[in-house]
Amino acid sequence: MTVTEQRPGGEVGRDRRRKEDARLITGRTAWTDNLSLPGMLHLAIVRSPMAHARITGIDVTAARGAPGVVDVFTGRDVADLQGSMPCVWPVTEDTVLPAYPPLALDEVRHAGEPVAVVAARDRASALDALELIEVDYEPLPVVLDMEEALADGAPLVHDAAGTNRCYTWILDSAQAGTGADVARMEAEAEVVVSRRFIQQRLVPAFMEPRSTVVDPTGDQITMWSSTQVPHILRVLLSLGTGVPEHKIRVIAPDVGGGFGGKLEVTPEEFIAFAAARRLNKPVKFTESRSEAMLSAHHGRDQIQDITVTARRDGTVTGMSARLLANMGAYLGIITPGIPILGAFMFGGIYKFPAYRFECTGVFTNTTKTDAYRGAGRPEATFALERIMDELAVELGLDPLELRRRNWIERDEFPFTTAAGLTYDSGDYAKATDRATELFGYDALRQEQAARRAAGDTVQLGIGVSTYTEMCGLAPSRVLGQLRYAAGGWESASVRMLPTGKVEVVTGTSPHGQGHETAWSQIVADQLGVAFEDVEVLHGDTRASHKGLDTYGSRSLAVGGIALVNACRRVVEKAMPVAAHLLEADPADLEFTDGAFRVKGAPGAATKTLADCAFAVFQSHDLPDGVESTLDADATYDPENFSYPHGTHLCAVEVDTETGMVKIRSYVAVDDVGRVINPLIVDGQVHGGVAQGIAQALFEEARYDEDGNLMTGTFVEYTIPSAADLPDLVTDRTETPAPGHPLGAKGVGEAGTIASTPAVVNAVVDALRPLGVADVRMPCTPERVWSTIQAARAANGGELR
Amino acid sequence: MIPAPFDYTRVATVEDAVAALAGAGEDGKVLAGGQSLLPMLRLRLAAPTMLVDLGGVAELRGVRDDGDALIIGAMTTHDEVVKHPLVREHAPLIAQAAETVGDRQIRHLGTFGGSLAHADPAGDLPGVALALDAVMSVAGPGGMRDVRASEFFVDYFTTALGPGDVLVSVRVPKLTGWTTHYEKFHQMAQSWSVVGVAAAVRRSNGSIAEARVALTNMGVTPVRAHGVEEALAGAPATADAVATAAARAADGASPLTDGVASAEYRTHLASVLTKRAVMAAGGL
Repeated sequence: MTVTEQRPGGEVGRDRRRKEDARLITGRTAWTDNLSLPGMLHLAIVRSPMAHARITGIDVTAARGAPGVVDVFTGRDVADLQGSMPCVWPVTEDTVLPAYPPLALDEVRHAGEPVAVVAARDRASALDALELIEVDYEPLPVVLDMEEALADGAPLVHDAAGTNRCYTWILDSAQAGTGADVARMEAEAEVVVSRRFIQQRLVPAFMEPRSTVVDPTGDQITMWSSTQVPHILRVLLSLGTGVPEHKIRVIAPDVGGGFGGKLEVTPEEFIAFAAARRLNKPVKFTESRSEAMLSAHHGRDQIQDITVTARRDGTVTGMSARLLANMGAYLGIITPGIPILGAFMFGGIYKFPAYRFECTGVFTNTTKTDAYRGAGRPEATFALERIMDELAVELGLDPLELRRRNWIERDEFPFTTAAGLTYDSGDYAKATDRATELFGYDALRQEQAARRAAGDTVQLGIGVSTYTEMCGLAPSRVLGQLRYAAGGWESASVRMLPTGKVEVVTGTSPHGQGHETAWSQIVADQLGVAFEDVEVLHGDTRASHKGLDTYGSRSLAVGGIALVNACRRVVEKAMPVAAHLLEADPADLEFTDGAFRVKGAPGAATKTLADCAFAVFQSHDLPDGVESTLDADATYDPENFSYPHGTHLCAVEVDTETGMVKIRSYVAVDDVGRVINPLIVDGQVHGGVAQGIAQALFEEARYDEDGNLMTGTFVEYTIPSAADLPDLVTDRTETPAPGHPLGAKGVGEAGTIASTPAVVNAVVDALRPLGVADVRMPCTPERVWSTIQAARAANGGELR
Repeated sequence: MIPAPFDYTRVATVEDAVAALAGAGEDGKVLAGGQSLLPMLRLRLAAPTMLVDLGGVAELRGVRDDGDALIIGAMTTHDEVVKHPLVREHAPLIAQAAETVGDRQIRHLGTFGGSLAHADPAGDLPGVALALDAVMSVAGPGGMRDVRASEFFVDYFTTALGPGDVLVSVRVPKLTGWTTHYEKFHQMAQSWSVVGVAAAVRRSNGSIAEARVALTNMGVTPVRAHGVEEALAGAPATADAVATAAARAADGASPLTDGVASAEYRTHLASVLTKRAVMAAGGL
């Protein structure tokens, strides 16, 4: 039997508008907050206004008597019921895992920590009653800065731990046997460049605030939640509360964005779960935007000390990265692992023979950090691509030329890096050549030279970022070696309905990615059915009990293979049925263009999968031993990560009088392998680049010295709108991932990973003649201006 | 979040509004376009017990010609102001500044008078009113009175309006023979001014006969840059002369350091933006 990968004029590769959009943009869907169950109570949460304090008393008397209020409870009241928040990624044997009660018991460790809960008949009554709860706090010393937190005598976030150090994780290529010794490279280097980069703290800022509804009244307790990870949530709810897993059903209905911010199992979910069980009534908790900013996990927040060594000819010989990573006050499900996801990417696309990475996780009295789009890899790529530019300046080389001299050539794949990853494929020269052509690199360099010579107030800067990333999380074996508690496989089921329509159950959990559309395109080609005849089910543990959800650009790269394998099994199961219907030998059949036919007999009779499905439904006349179903399941565990790559180029104009940065042009050429739906891929690149630009120029979560979040609304935490972003020029090269039946590599994070260093490199490049060697992110006008002022002062007021 | 509970009344006349506010006492608050007040209520930064909604008061809307001045009704929306032919002809500075307020949705709901009465130091229209020597017409328990812009903005989010007062309209003298420009500086399209400069210039025979410059967000209230105005009066209409004058932009101003910018940066911006605003206003 032969299975044809793709029909001419097939669905894969086609710009399909997304199936899910009609319901999403017309409001004809049920977000979690739209759910209303009979007798449902509304929860509101009192949150700590202090960053660190002992709770000495909570008076809920007045709140209990307030109109509409049914119950008020504290952590003490539900101590036996609420469970404890899990962390599933202790990255070292001695990782400190502090107790993390969903509702605080005696002590609060960051502003915004839940302290007490009101359950009322309506949301307004619940919110009004919050103001009647009196909490007495005895302030404790606050520690916010990571280096201060590690100093002797620093206030402790967790007394019981005896330290603010969560872990130290090291990858040394000499010790691991994956490369040479960094120390030797530093001793022998002709050029050494060291820099400290700051990855500021960011807020994921998903569009739909988090919301949870829990119904305890059935045989199973059902939780609807605005989550990226319904399957992981069910397992951890069970493990964290002791309620048996089969008595829990989790549903992620349409979810309005996540960006990693909903790759979390949250105290609010545990609190709602406890409240529903305590009251034996359905409950709903929907956070306000301010609560989301304050208490949903943040991202990034690292101090990066980077050293690169090289020869004068531009050959990079080694790289070392020492990181401090801010954990915040508690550990979310994969908080410690986020920087480790970056540990393997500091080599980027280059052939450094020596590499050393050391990361120390640090507790502070801040909101916990965890996954945010890219999760560790944007941080790594930023540091690498920034220091490559600094090295280029040191060597007097064009930054693209330095990269060319060091990157892995297309004929050198598979290539094992000093970090120990084996890159399967890539063509960095091709993507870079295409990007420079679209960008007009040489003409912009000429204009830059002219403006520099003229001493223009507005200077032009050009930034380069050539990146790769590890996507398709993840080979379970590797995750086990990294002490992650779960696997990285994905599953899919394909159900042939009697009338020839198809239901697909995926273990991925889309929250804006368009899986319903892309999966339908894949299935349409695999099974020879119409795009419209495929329904994709997801995000309900009753429909899809098995899955590892959506994050880390994994859904297509991993889940897509499971889907293809399940489709192939359906075809295999249908083969004897078709042969029986065609009165032919199965060995003589082929499945092409969506139908079974006898090989080499054009014009002969055919049977479609729909014919087979109906025959199986009737089962009046099936061959012996054939089951009355064509349904098939598949689970796929990748053997390697996938490695998208690309080249992003950015030109900025910097007004040296005001410090204002304006992006003049931006070109993104990405290689994400085979593209299923170009429209979706373009959308992912646009959104990703927007978020990466946002880190470079606009966004920063800031605390005051007492640990109050200063950026608690969108007035202070400035996410860009379309008006603040440039037109993006996007293009692709397509180097299919070898061994992947779809050739796909993943695209969800590429834009975010690539864009931030491209923008900052451009800003620094613009200001280089003024003596500026770095600008801290975000490059706001005042920060750019004050950096220029400092450089001028250092140079005696003269241009260099 | 949702606001704390409050009572609400929608009135049809200015007289009724004044009466309703008198009944509410200190805890009453006028609701105009709601673009600043409602977010404050939702964050519970303000908790008035009575909102008096002026949305139904027809006499508060519109722009009319009053000879040597325009009368702009306090409830005229930013969008109406931006598009109004009289404003565009006789007070283009207002149209230009109003067009930078918030986003399109906000400009369709937010009002000219609401912005002035709210007196956000980062708001753009108070500085413009100050530059244009506008006069506010106020209805209160004691009847009608006029308050000049220079006396209207009293402090941080505080005006000469008492708790029982309603801003009825704004009288804006027509600036015949003048040219104007509003230079707004902000990083994000929808964010408030870090600093803004409203400039009006009257040129005569290659020199600047007169200039008016008012600064947004260079203190708790908008301020006139008197030093710049003095230096420009009679100065040659040249970039050098403007730059020299603009260097005095922050003289006497007391800019704040806040989460958006430092006082030092604002001081620097005031000069840069004043230079740009005057150059643009003067057609230089």
